[in-house]
Amino acid sequence: MREFVTEVVETDVLILGGGMAGCGAAVEAAYWAKPLGLKVTLVDKAAIDRSGPVAMGLSAINTYMGMDGKVTSNPRMPERFVEYVTNDQCGLTRQDLVYDVARHVDSTVKHFDKWGLPLWKDDAGNYRKSGEWQVMISGESYKVVVAEAAKNAMATLGDKGQIIERVMITHLLKDDKEPDRVCGAIGFSVREEKIYVFKAKATIALMGGAVHVFRPRSQGEGFGRSWMPPFVSGSIYALVLQAGGELTQMDVTFVPPRFKDSYGPVGTFFLLFKTPATNGYGGAYVGGYPSELAKWAPYANAKPCPTALRNYEMILCAKEGKTPFMMHTNKVAERLKNEITDPKALKKALREYENEAWEDFLDMTISGATNWAAHNVDPLEKPMELQLSDTVFIGSHACSVGSWTCGAEDLMPKEYADAFPEQYNLMTTVKGLFTAGCGVGACAHKFSSGSHVQGRIAAKSALKYANDKKGYTPTLSDATIGKFKETILRPLALYEEKCAYTVSPDVNPDYISPHNFLFRLQKIMGEYVGGWETLYGTNDKLLEIALWKLGFCAEDIEKLAAKDLHELMRAWESVHRYYVGEACARTRLARKESRWPGYYYKFDYLKLDEAEKHFINVKYDIDKKEWSVLERPMIPII
Amino acid sequence: MPSYVITEKCDGCKGQDKTACQYICPNDLMVLDKVKMKAYNQEPNYCWECYCCVKICPQQAMDVRGYADFMPLGAASTPLRGSEDIMWTITFRDGRIKRFKYPTRTTAEGSIKPLEGFSEAKVADLANQFLLGEPDIMGVKELPTKK
Repeated sequence: MREFVTEVVETDVLILGGGMAGCGAAVEAAYWAKPLGLKVTLVDKAAIDRSGPVAMGLSAINTYMGMDGKVTSNPRMPERFVEYVTNDQCGLTRQDLVYDVARHVDSTVKHFDKWGLPLWKDDAGNYRKSGEWQVMISGESYKVVVAEAAKNAMATLGDKGQIIERVMITHLLKDDKEPDRVCGAIGFSVREEKIYVFKAKATIALMGGAVHVFRPRSQGEGFGRSWMPPFVSGSIYALVLQAGGELTQMDVTFVPPRFKDSYGPVGTFFLLFKTPATNGYGGAYVGGYPSELAKWAPYANAKPCPTALRNYEMILCAKEGKTPFMMHTNKVAERLKNEITDPKALKKALREYENEAWEDFLDMTISGATNWAAHNVDPLEKPMELQLSDTVFIGSHACSVGSWTCGAEDLMPKEYADAFPEQYNLMTTVKGLFTAGCGVGACAHKFSSGSHVQGRIAAKSALKYANDKKGYTPTLSDATIGKFKETILRPLALYEEKCAYTVSPDVNPDYISPHNFLFRLQKIMGEYVGGWETLYGTNDKLLEIALWKLGFCAEDIEKLAAKDLHELMRAWESVHRYYVGEACARTRLARKESRWPGYYYKFDYLKLDEAEKHFINVKYDIDKKEWSVLERPMIPII
Repeated sequence: MPSYVITEKCDGCKGQDKTACQYICPNDLMVLDKVKMKAYNQEPNYCWECYCCVKICPQQAMDVRGYADFMPLGAASTPLRGSEDIMWTITFRDGRIKRFKYPTRTTAEGSIKPLEGFSEAKVADLANQFLLGEPDIMGVKELPTKK
């Protein structure tokens, strides 16, 4: 194997990930770093113009208050948002974190507007709200615009603002002298034979959520159509665990109900177009199971009904054999025809509906548009199927996975303070390590705008921290770096050493490919931990087998082999996904109720149990290879 | 699929250090065959069909054929992305065609100056809760708090 060069980058604040949260962090970090004279470095696995889940674009911004009242409907304040999110999460949420996102999120959207993101407005310039929190955009270039702002802000720092692309971070680094402090990160270039070592006073992990931990429904070419993009591999969760940090709510994954197979979005169809959806026999599934849902009172009685309970109605309907679910896009056209008598006005309304319906798909899920066309379906004429899709880990949507993080000093209940060795907003339970976006647990409904603003909050906090620790210099011996380097490159070395033993290198008794490792993980997760294979159900016995089998996966990490740099990236993505899967299975085993039955339920505890209303957190001791599970209380602030 | 590259149109971005599709693919799928000087998708089953490569290709040498798992052949969504809008041509399997045009941005490419127009950051302000431009940019006088 050729020798990899090692490049050591010394910086003050290290931003890992250039998605929405990373780009938000970059803008804010650049602003505060200037007067402090501090250096900021952003690292991305891809190119920030089109990295992260907004790479394709988005058709709506799902979190906006409108505190200034300049919206077409539903101006809101943070209190109502916290109330909404708490109920949507069936009573369990970190209200201090949610409130913090809500009070800042409007500023981020106003910046987007200034930067050139096309927001839909009325003649008076008010943002067009399609629901209580959603504002409509023409968002094909959403990420391009946000990335340009991040790049241009970093450029104002001169050589103290650095963006490094195509580097996969594999591990966080701990200070040799202070083993409980994160002092940077290590990874490798996916394009050249080079190891990168980043030393920093503060590190912000912003690499997004995780897909492909559970098995996707499409197994051929469609493997990659995973709703959330296939390149989010759970790096934050794995790295926080490896660093000894605490994750929370790793059982509360998300199962998006979407247009079947292509996973085209449904929000705009429900909220903006008021599109009716039914079971295969024309009957209602939403509101179709009142006596079942009553068991999830009081949450089920609130408006809107929690996302997980609306999903559960789909599961109940599927169990009755009444699928397919149909989204009657054609009935919107029929309604317009009944309501509008003037032929010119009708033509205009139909054209507007058609334009907006297609834009919804073309801005964010192009496959959805192609799928209509491939089936000769004009949505104005024919309905299309809906389905509950693949289980994903996404701390910014209607679910709660992520790190246990410190809240703002004017918001966090004092009972939470003990968990944090140093109290800075959005610092994890590990010194020097911050996170935001999908990395923050128990803080749902951030979406793109909330993730961006939370990245900004984390960056300001990290800059303050770096400034407070001005005298601190990371200590990292060459021996420590050498050990990590050997670990990172082991899959390449193993492949080179063993591949000649068999005629085809694809099957070899001494190693496993990253793809096959991933398939094994996905099979365990799907069949035992509550994937679509069991209609999202599991039980303690299944979870015990899952953990037994996941133990072999953990051991086989050492047997991962990679033939080139691209496969080395896949190898480390697979390792990170394993950690996410194990954290999820352990949390699901510990939770003795089914609080979010539309995301997953336990056959042996198929009920809501308010005695179980607490957060379940998970930790990992990397030296002892021991997992532990702990409870944290739910303390409301409103 | 997955994105694919049309043999006749791809020029390997004329041997620069990387092709446009290699630069942009968020999943590192595109590689350049330096002998043929043509790019290709090395892992079609990891493709998200995000069209970033299709939109950026200077030769319009890239397209997407819908995932074979569930899409009948014969349809296409073809983008033409300009500096302020994007034009889509949708070709149905039965030959019907629809065209749509949507805005993509309201400012000139490269013109964003995110820190301009705001007062410079002051070290003392690290202690408060205000982020860049707050609270003025939100159109409110105070940042809500619970204490």
